[in-house]
Amino acid sequence: MNNSRRTFLKVAGVSAFALTTGVAGAAQAKIIGTYEQGDKALKAKRWAMVIDTRKFTSADDYKPLIDACHKAHNVPAIPGNQEIKWMWLDHYDRVFTDDMNANLPDKFKKGMFPLLCNHCTNPPCVRVCPTGATYKMHDGIIAMDYHRCIGCRFCMAGCPYGARSFNFVDPRKFIADPVPNPEYPTRMIGVVEKCTFCAERLAKGLRPACVEAANGAVMFGDLDDPNSDVRKALAENFSIRRKPSLGTQPGVYYLI
Amino acid sequence: MVERLLTGSKRYYMWLGFLCLLILASFCVYWTQLTEGLGVTGMNRDVSWGLYISQFTYFVGVAASAVMLVLPAYFHHYKKFKRMIIFGEFMAIAAVVMCALFIVVDLGQPQRAMNVMLHPTPNSVMFYDMIVLIGYLCLNLVIGWVTLEAERLDMDPPKWIKFFIYLSVIWAFSIHTVTAFLYAGIPGRHYWLTAIMAARFLSSAFCSGPAILLLLMFVLKRLTGFNPGEEAVKTLTKIITYAMCINVFFYCLELFTAFYSNIPGHMEPLIFLFAGHGGHVAWVTYWMWAAVILAFASLAMLIPPSLRDNMKLLPYALGMLVLASWIDKGLGLLVGGFTPNMFEAVTPYVPTFREIMVALGVYAIGALVLSLLWKIALDVKKGSGHFGEGE
Repeated sequence: MNNSRRTFLKVAGVSAFALTTGVAGAAQAKIIGTYEQGDKALKAKRWAMVIDTRKFTSADDYKPLIDACHKAHNVPAIPGNQEIKWMWLDHYDRVFTDDMNANLPDKFKKGMFPLLCNHCTNPPCVRVCPTGATYKMHDGIIAMDYHRCIGCRFCMAGCPYGARSFNFVDPRKFIADPVPNPEYPTRMIGVVEKCTFCAERLAKGLRPACVEAANGAVMFGDLDDPNSDVRKALAENFSIRRKPSLGTQPGVYYLI
Repeated sequence: MVERLLTGSKRYYMWLGFLCLLILASFCVYWTQLTEGLGVTGMNRDVSWGLYISQFTYFVGVAASAVMLVLPAYFHHYKKFKRMIIFGEFMAIAAVVMCALFIVVDLGQPQRAMNVMLHPTPNSVMFYDMIVLIGYLCLNLVIGWVTLEAERLDMDPPKWIKFFIYLSVIWAFSIHTVTAFLYAGIPGRHYWLTAIMAARFLSSAFCSGPAILLLLMFVLKRLTGFNPGEEAVKTLTKIITYAMCINVFFYCLELFTAFYSNIPGHMEPLIFLFAGHGGHVAWVTYWMWAAVILAFASLAMLIPPSLRDNMKLLPYALGMLVLASWIDKGLGLLVGGFTPNMFEAVTPYVPTFREIMVALGVYAIGALVLSLLWKIALDVKKGSGHFGEGE
């Protein structure tokens, strides 16, 4: 079942093509079957991210990462508390809520830290989703099927990291026209969305947009490969994760 | 029996007309929610569930509460409840209809609701909740209809219905347990992550549901003269009193664990609900304190037998009890669950006018279903002679 779900982006593209060119019948015949990753695709058993927060001195340093992410995924800029966020910043005590240390250096007291979906090994959002619209891929990425999501928002209640956003209003009204990235679908009203670890870019052999924009300050690789960048970074540096005691096993690590 | 819906007093038709108008008005508001999105509600990224889901939760409890009549009547052969039982079963049907509608109005993509069945996902508690609610609806429809038909024909109900009645007793517990599991299995929501959630849900349901039923029976008595029987009312009031004592006790257990352990995560939602945050008191705090006062006041009027058996005071005591339990489960549960949010910060939530209108519409549909079902039941009771005093 996962295999067929994984193709939804592809299916969406092909369907749009089929609908506009009137070859729906022929196109449907083509998309039946299993999906194989292309030769160029970046592959891993368990994708993970290591953010070297020591290399960022201010909130402005993170801006290129967030801009790259939000542009690559046509994330709308909705004002107010019904907003959509894939990657954003907050203070240390809001990001690492378990660490209730009032006597931290100023760097932590005042500094900003990036937040995104943790792509957990044991994702509560996947556990609670009643339709399988959010699911774990073979490489550890937690993906979303925007076409199956019924908008019940159980996943938002379930996610301990506040990583998910719901389209309370029509997001297309809050995206530039033409859209920043025509290759990535815009979303409809009433569905949940979040960071995808750029699964669509990995399939084309590209690293995630934020990783590319970070000039080496964010590493991305296979956690199951002892020789990967992320494993080396974790072996050589002290790292922390958000809310580790919940047993979700987040795939995003922070070097502090 | 359906034909009995067509013969009613002028007042009966005016009541139905009023409900239909209310439903129509709220449907217009719901239409704007459908086109503009759930942005018209007060919900937001951090408080992603609100009034709709809390009302859903409350009415699952009301639906389950029918068991407080069925269990004594069929497990303990307490015959005094037999006259009232059909009203409890029909109220359960109306409540389950409301639950389903509260879920639908809460969905971002309601036209995809059937995806829950098209893509069954057994790891999600919502999947089981759907199964138990549909099952409970069917059970009550079959049991209610068959027993009422038997009463109309002045016969004993067929033997096979006993099996479904016993099943419905267990089923009633299951619907509210599974609904509690929607909340109690979520890591990171401190207010909900508690093993006593299902027990709290059941105890609050078993006091508030029968209390609502009794209040409606009093209205019915005044309007139609139907008498549920004084002995039955007194027994049910005792059940309500015990359930409310247990409900308040369970809530106090939560307070002990949170504050004696001194774990911030456990304390913070309670502090927010009852004392606010950072010097600011949210609207919900006033409601929570009102619930505390109402809960204890209702117990003060229900525990002493002399006050409990006073039929003049009883409606007030039950009304206060219903309001207290509604604030606890219909407001506090959701607000406390989402506050503080996942970043240990406070994002305010206030239901909007449109949100309240849509909820009122669902209430009106529930009232309409209840009125129609009770009309049938009353007419049958009239025909069978189980209507007035001492018949």
